[in-house]
Amino acid sequence: MKIHEYQGKEILRQFSVPTPRGAACHSVDEAVSAARQLGGAAWVVKAQIHAGGRGKGGGVKVAHSLEEVRSAAQQILGMHLITHQTGPEGQVVRRLLVEEGAQIAQEFYIGMVIDRSKQRVALLASSEGGMEIEQVALHAPDKIHKVWIDPATGLRNAEMDSIARAIGIPAAAYVQARACLQGLYRAFVEKDAMLAEINPLVLTADGRLLALDAKFNFDSNALYRHPEIVAYRDLDEEDPAEIEASKFDLSYIALDGDIGCLVNGAGLAMATMDIIKLYGGNPANFLDVGGGASTEKVTEAFKLMLKNPKLKAILVNIFGGIMKCDVIAAGVVAAAREVDLNVPLVVRLEGTNVELGRKILAESGLTIISGSDMADAAQKVVAAAGEKQ
Amino acid sequence: MSILIDKNTRVMTQGMTGKVGQFHTINCKAYANGASCFVAGVNPKKAGELFEGIPVYESVLAAKAATGATVSVIYVPPSGAAAAIDEAVEADLDLVICITEGIPVHDMLRTRYKMQGKRTLLIGPNCPGLITPDEIKIGIMPGHIHRKGRIGVVSRSGTLTYEAVGQLTALGLGQSSCVGIGGDPINGLKHLDVMKLFNEDPQTDAVVMVGEIGGSDEEECARWIRDNMKKPVVGFIAGITAPPGKRMGHAGAIISGGQGGAEDKLVVMEECGIHITRNPAEMGRTMQKVLKS
Repeated sequence: MKIHEYQGKEILRQFSVPTPRGAACHSVDEAVSAARQLGGAAWVVKAQIHAGGRGKGGGVKVAHSLEEVRSAAQQILGMHLITHQTGPEGQVVRRLLVEEGAQIAQEFYIGMVIDRSKQRVALLASSEGGMEIEQVALHAPDKIHKVWIDPATGLRNAEMDSIARAIGIPAAAYVQARACLQGLYRAFVEKDAMLAEINPLVLTADGRLLALDAKFNFDSNALYRHPEIVAYRDLDEEDPAEIEASKFDLSYIALDGDIGCLVNGAGLAMATMDIIKLYGGNPANFLDVGGGASTEKVTEAFKLMLKNPKLKAILVNIFGGIMKCDVIAAGVVAAAREVDLNVPLVVRLEGTNVELGRKILAESGLTIISGSDMADAAQKVVAAAGEKQ
Repeated sequence: MSILIDKNTRVMTQGMTGKVGQFHTINCKAYANGASCFVAGVNPKKAGELFEGIPVYESVLAAKAATGATVSVIYVPPSGAAAAIDEAVEADLDLVICITEGIPVHDMLRTRYKMQGKRTLLIGPNCPGLITPDEIKIGIMPGHIHRKGRIGVVSRSGTLTYEAVGQLTALGLGQSSCVGIGGDPINGLKHLDVMKLFNEDPQTDAVVMVGEIGGSDEEECARWIRDNMKKPVVGFIAGITAPPGKRMGHAGAIISGGQGGAEDKLVVMEECGIHITRNPAEMGRTMQKVLKS
């Protein structure tokens, strides 16, 4: 689960990582009054959306007067901010962060990730602050320094000092660097994060280290023990179809094709998308109904797919293991009757109780195209989607 | 023979008395030699009771002492599952299979750290389990699609493994053992570890390796295969069409920071001599061709 920058900074402050003073705002007037209260001679007005690359998209502006704050807030609030992470439609900006300006002398990157092959938390640090770490990894991998953290000892002072030295933090700021690194690590572990980045971490002209940005991604499997993180959830930043799906415990991801897929199991669901593509079609979604799909879940899954105006056909691909084919077939029939099914439906059933399942489909009176195996079903759905065009 | 488990394996079930545990324990017990294999359950609140004739013990240690079980399968809910693995590791079992989906990643990091230097092997979490056809099934896969034979199967997925097995069985290609290693980012045995076991198993002639997007385990396994594997390997990777940055159902199935894409994995696997197919409907036939050539 992602959160906004200003929320990430709230977390960082709880772990003693210094951040600029600032306030989250929902309106232009709020932004101006926040700037007035902060005081000083310069402010930064920052769009709060979950995607990165906000600066390049025009979502971050520096203001040198309250009038400039007003004008920046007017420009940014409500804009469709387009970045390389938002997709071509962009994301509407509904919240701002107004912060005191900082005199930047140097910029750095620090981040925490989970290293899957080493099965450790890894600290990544770089002198190339402000650049995306993926780009640094691509063009200057020698500028990324890593520490795999021993969970028993945590980050040791010697490790932190050596990282600070490696990325060019001046020795006078090592003690501050320790606070930033230790705070980020503790926040990462205690809040069950999958990713935590401060990019950039800056050294100000007067020698202070400050987290100028904050990015967190939390483990959704651990949210049950973090109501304070759940409270940060911003539904405006999420795909409405994915929110709807999560209510029914369906795993759904919208794609840009026109063939809906309803599958049991994540691996088979991906493979189903892949085979549709292989036979010349385009999947409209990833949809895993899980192991214990009920008629209600299948019906909701159909409703979700049918909300997509681009939809031209649906492929149901079920390998019944624990989930019996007759149960899923009854679910498909009930769902097809309940919703207004206006696109061709191809169903492939295999596994437990498959004969019973096929019989239920055949006797339903519905127009269902039957696929004998995965390849046959994929070819039939691609053809059906083509005819619908 | 087979890998990891056979008809003589004695298994305890942690979380046997919950709804999921009950359902699968009944199915596992009914499969092949299951009635002799599933000898104990663990639940401190129900110690001394019987479920389907299987005695429940207060701890893994007590179950091990009373029955000689050396393998555990875990259906404990996510919030307690990592602690259940820890208990089995502390009791020095040979193998732990954790079926539970949804364990927090940081819990698994701590558990894997504690497992360092211990002899216990872990399969999963978030996996279907493993099966040696006609001998023993430990997990949630449908037993009837399997057939005894000489092909090994290793996969990160559940139903996609069944798909691979179903294709093999339909072509008359039976399986020695099928291992679902699970879809989580932090897990126990990797493709590589299972591949090594198949390589040494005299009853396995060839292996189907099913992977998916996320991480680099398939690439690491592929490089090992190139240098060490004595048997042919057929490979498929799910998620060619998966968009970056999205978790595709499994917690570990995500392309992040440009890493873990399906095409990259397939290229490395092909370079390493694995017989790859990009068509998930062709896993069985690809194996058939390889065996005939």
